[in-house]
Amino acid sequence: MTQFTQTLLAGVDSSDAENWQLKNYARRSGYSAIRKILSNKISPDSVIEEVKKSALRGRGGAGFPTGLKWSFMPKQYEGDKYIVCNSDEGEPGTFKDRDIMRHNPHILIEGMIIAAYAMGVKVGYNYIHGEIWDTYERMEEAVEEARAAGYLGNNILGSNFSFNLYNHHGYGAYICGEETALLESIEGKKGQPRFKPPFPANYGLYGKPTTINNTETFASVPWIILNGGEQYLKLGKPNNGGTKLFSVSGHVNKPGNYEIPMGTPFATLLEMAGGMRGGKKLKACIPGGSSMPVLPGEIMMQTDMDYDSIAKAGSMLGSGAVIIMDETTCMVKALERLSYFYFEESCGQCTPCREGTGWLYRIVNRIEHGKGLMEDLDLLDNIADNIQGRTICALGDAAAMPVRAMIQHFRNEFIYHIEHKKCMV
Amino acid sequence: MINIEIDGQQVSVPKGGTVMDGAKELGIYIPHFCYHKKLSIAANCRMCLVQVEKAPKPLPACATPVMEGMKVFTRSDQAITAQKGVMEFLLINHPLDCPICDQGGECQLQDLAVGYGAGQSRYTEAKRVVVNKNFGPLISTDMTRCIHCTRCVRFGQEIAGIMELGMAGRGEHAEILSFVGNSVDSELSGNMIDLCPVGALVSKPFRYSARTWELSRRKSISPHCGLGSNLVVQVKHNRVMRVLPRENEAINECWLSDKDRFSYEGLNSEDRLTKPMIKRDSQWQECDWQDALEFAVHGIKTVKEKYGAGKIGALTSPHSTIEELYLLQKLIRALGSENIDHRLRQSDFRLDSQLQGIPWLGTSIAAISELKSVLIVGSTLRKDHPLIAQRIRQAVKRGLQLNIVNPIGDDLLTDVTNEVIVAPNALVTTMAEILKAVTVIKNLQVADELKEVISAVKVTDIAHKIATSLLQENPAAIYLGNMAQHHPDYTDILVLVQHIAEAAEAQFGMLGEAANSLGAYLAGAVPGQVESAGLNAAQMLGNDLKRTSAPCQGYILMNMEPEYDSHNSQQALKVLKDAEFVISMSSYKGTASTYADVILPIAPFTETSGTYINTEGRVQSFNGVVSPLGETRPAWKVLRVLGNLLEFNGFDYEASEQVRAEIIPEEKDINGRLNNKLKSFVISVTDQSNTNLQRIGEVPIYQSDPIVRRAESLQVTSDAATPRAWMCSALLDKLNISAGDKVKVKQDQGEARLYAACDDRLPPDCVRVVSAHSDTIALGAMFGEILVEKL
Amino acid sequence: MLSPESLKKIDHEIAKYPIDKKQSAVMSALAIAQDEKGWLANETMNFVAKYLGMPPIAVYEVATFYNMYNLEPLGEYKITVCTNLPCALSGGNDVANYVKKKLSIGFNQTTADGKFTLKEGECMGACGDAPVLLVNNKRMCSFMTNDMIDQLLEELSK
Repeated sequence: MTQFTQTLLAGVDSSDAENWQLKNYARRSGYSAIRKILSNKISPDSVIEEVKKSALRGRGGAGFPTGLKWSFMPKQYEGDKYIVCNSDEGEPGTFKDRDIMRHNPHILIEGMIIAAYAMGVKVGYNYIHGEIWDTYERMEEAVEEARAAGYLGNNILGSNFSFNLYNHHGYGAYICGEETALLESIEGKKGQPRFKPPFPANYGLYGKPTTINNTETFASVPWIILNGGEQYLKLGKPNNGGTKLFSVSGHVNKPGNYEIPMGTPFATLLEMAGGMRGGKKLKACIPGGSSMPVLPGEIMMQTDMDYDSIAKAGSMLGSGAVIIMDETTCMVKALERLSYFYFEESCGQCTPCREGTGWLYRIVNRIEHGKGLMEDLDLLDNIADNIQGRTICALGDAAAMPVRAMIQHFRNEFIYHIEHKKCMV
Repeated sequence: MINIEIDGQQVSVPKGGTVMDGAKELGIYIPHFCYHKKLSIAANCRMCLVQVEKAPKPLPACATPVMEGMKVFTRSDQAITAQKGVMEFLLINHPLDCPICDQGGECQLQDLAVGYGAGQSRYTEAKRVVVNKNFGPLISTDMTRCIHCTRCVRFGQEIAGIMELGMAGRGEHAEILSFVGNSVDSELSGNMIDLCPVGALVSKPFRYSARTWELSRRKSISPHCGLGSNLVVQVKHNRVMRVLPRENEAINECWLSDKDRFSYEGLNSEDRLTKPMIKRDSQWQECDWQDALEFAVHGIKTVKEKYGAGKIGALTSPHSTIEELYLLQKLIRALGSENIDHRLRQSDFRLDSQLQGIPWLGTSIAAISELKSVLIVGSTLRKDHPLIAQRIRQAVKRGLQLNIVNPIGDDLLTDVTNEVIVAPNALVTTMAEILKAVTVIKNLQVADELKEVISAVKVTDIAHKIATSLLQENPAAIYLGNMAQHHPDYTDILVLVQHIAEAAEAQFGMLGEAANSLGAYLAGAVPGQVESAGLNAAQMLGNDLKRTSAPCQGYILMNMEPEYDSHNSQQALKVLKDAEFVISMSSYKGTASTYADVILPIAPFTETSGTYINTEGRVQSFNGVVSPLGETRPAWKVLRVLGNLLEFNGFDYEASEQVRAEIIPEEKDINGRLNNKLKSFVISVTDQSNTNLQRIGEVPIYQSDPIVRRAESLQVTSDAATPRAWMCSALLDKLNISAGDKVKVKQDQGEARLYAACDDRLPPDCVRVVSAHSDTIALGAMFGEILVEKL
Repeated sequence: MLSPESLKKIDHEIAKYPIDKKQSAVMSALAIAQDEKGWLANETMNFVAKYLGMPPIAVYEVATFYNMYNLEPLGEYKITVCTNLPCALSGGNDVANYVKKKLSIGFNQTTADGKFTLKEGECMGACGDAPVLLVNNKRMCSFMTNDMIDQLLEELSK
């Protein structure tokens, strides 16, 4: 089995109950990146430069260049500024941030400290997905450890730099993974996304300049500072720097998280995940979390795991959640379940998403239950078209894209359902 | 300014403006539901999607900021496809119940569906049904029709200042509701009906009574508070069916208070008089106008012969028109009396001899929005002037510092910078403290007449803060509310306010209590001051301690119900009952038969032409919108005939416009007559050693005038709840009373039995018991000593 | 209304946010209140509203938006089974069906003894551990088999 350099989970042993603790993180050269910055008096701008060099792109799904995002924070701003970590991992298929937080929480804390230093921020929040209570508790403990050790609080390590970090526990709303919904949620409101502009860099948490990054993004930063942006970039491929955690789920023998360099062939990842369960044939794969277009197995097997390659193949890397489906999978049923999810999770503010997700689900549900009509396929496509790009946030797109891709790639299966009122698999 | 192009037309929009702003400037209509110019931008309905050059997807016009050189297409294929797509989504779950929907004919969804909807629905699934809600007596709901634009929610949060409605749940299950079925209690709630673009929120009093196309729309002016809100009164079959706002940015903007909107029910009250009535040999009988007027003339002549003209008095509500007020004073003066007043709830008239002009707001209403500091003295602001409170609420968001000196600590639903809540008899001292603070900060000499009072007080911390706010934040203004104007130390308060304002270079004035509080002065409905001194309202109603004997023997009352409209209801009723001859000109039966001798049915504002002059001095005339009910006549015509029957000169008017022209000749500007300053007045230090309990007796919002008192729906709102005796917990403890106990409240010879209630925002030793309410009319003055006993 | 312990926990949450942003603690305050009371009655939400200086309807909006709040009394143990696609590919529906059979209830139903309520859940962010279920919002059980469900139900039934 190929061994890759790890930037996130190097030296992490999840079987050791104390491995996550600060003392063990420190043994893995933890907190030496922030020490390096503070003792060498590396300027905030230099930190941002280093992150830019690394070509680190947002690991939450959108893939926005992290260094560039950090440089958007108004430097001269007098009042409070915030950084927020998006650990509201609820995109079906994604479970990587949970492993970072429960097995290596201090790498996230250190990453956030560095980010705060780079952007002149004194307070940060980490918004944690509602259903993973034990992970929230782990983060609470880790933050306490870091505070006790002087990594959080006032005058960190004797410097003039102060930063406080707090965990905020979600309570069951997929939409809060959308960054402005997440901000609303921290403000104690319903998680309804905000219209942009203004963007969070100008009007974020409590109306203050705010930078939001995914857990994995922040956690990637200490390695970059210690080893240099160029080294990080070299781990991956141009414009797709570093390593990435891929959450592999579905019909594989060893579902789980795999940290691999960007650009690693999908076939390698599938092999790492133990290959197809029961030796069955790969039928389809959703390569970036449930919102991304599904790709047939044969296309996937020709694709590398990085932003640009997957985009070229017709889907998106998204959050790096790889959902594997074998030949026994009914694509109508799969789509029905995903459509139900978006229907259930729509926040309800924008008309197309509020009304359209239910409509999509009901039609797919009819088809699945043998009550579909041939014209439903075009209707589904047209409804998806009327949702996509017409809403405040991307949930509308997320609901529409799987529908369109499923019908595009597996139209015959849908037709079979409609004609025979039963499943072909 | 940013230059953009919309549908090929160039337009300049201020920086930070939106595509919608530009389109409005050009007169290009972009369909929308959630967007409203007075509310925050939600961008949730998505109806206003337009094509923007270089943008990959259609953008909402309401929320897209303009950028230099932007090219927008509102009718391109992309835009129309997007708009039609949204319309389809809006309609799939919307019920097809237009034929039974009150919004039918004035529904934005219905209107836009004509242009953007398809002839047939592609939606074959079951439609959503939403459990209906009860929001109280004013708003009727059918929540299945809701399109989730959240205008009502945003109105509550942003304009009314209180979030009573929210959108609960999420996705398709999201619904607008109140917390556990609470009613919507804001005094501005009716605006949610106007804002709702569909038939989800409609008017409960109006429901099912008419179709919008059956109604004729007529302009009018609100007869209630001094704001003079502009109305559209909607009429069917000579009956007022509904009242809506007529937009006037300088006055009511696009809003109405619930009082302005729903009081029309009082116009159709069962209690309306339709025929003149006289009391002959102690028996009331209906009669024709000729008999009634002759009876009235005979009665008044008899009083004059018997007691002299000085024993005839006229009392009128300031809700009368200036034409009515003018003719009443003309009549009383022709009779040889100077006894006329409209200030029925005022108790301190010492300022009359010092007035240099007509008291008024001191600024325009619109200027309130520009203030940086304001001090409001003695006002139940939200209830007395709901839309001024709203204007202040918006100004506070833009940085206005709101300072309050008041006997009660009601929530104004906005941020208050400084607040002093003191007993009514400490108001003067508090104002003196603020004046002293101003003089200390500015190192000014104190005027001689104020030296005594200033030296008797210390500058408190809060007085210093208020003074600083007024001095440092410009423009600044000080307004006296209804409670200050009704206060027994009104003159002292006003003098102190005048000096504070002068030192702080601030404006000052009165928040006009009624539609014609200002106009009544202009019309001369105040007692003569110079040549022969007439009696003021307090003297005529026996509420002046210096005059104990019956002040008049003959009274002409206009639009006045003494038990509700006087400073001391107990005393007023007694005086009128003891009088020899009383003419009551009123739209309502009320209890006039217990004190009057002749009752003349006069038209309310909807049944006569007339003029109100609002608190900023704006003259607003209106026509009758329906013909008078039964044999009701406009009061100006009744007074004209009375003048004729009494054979006085100058009562030959053909139209109310002629009366108006006599009061305000075309070329004359009334602004020159407005002046709040007093000549000079020596303030004496009031004795505060009195430890007896004091009453705080403001007028409840829906008891202020005869029309609103009869508006049935308003009378079942929470603002019309049964009066209680409110006290702070320290006082309750002292009296050994618990909240909820029944107590006896006594003033002079009268008593009322009420439930005690606790309000720790009240000053010590004060009992808040409203006046002008049937449960409390047996009591005495609005302010003054009061006794509370546990029953 | 709430125990001193709960109030202490809520105060700890409030302290995480700026002084004038107490509302930020509403989600955790409701969660803490629910832990104590089992569900969020109207008076509980009203209490939280007063405690945080919020309009009650704003609290209600939050309580109805996030789906881990219980707006009605439930069984002693709320079992939420994820049936979303990644879990379903690894037996999520089988687990749900087995629990249904064992307890003789369907989704959104409570056993007659008031012990268990079964809910269908959305993605819990633990797809690699599928099938997963959650007990009372806090205890996540991974890689569930029929035997493990038997054990779990037995343990909770005690």
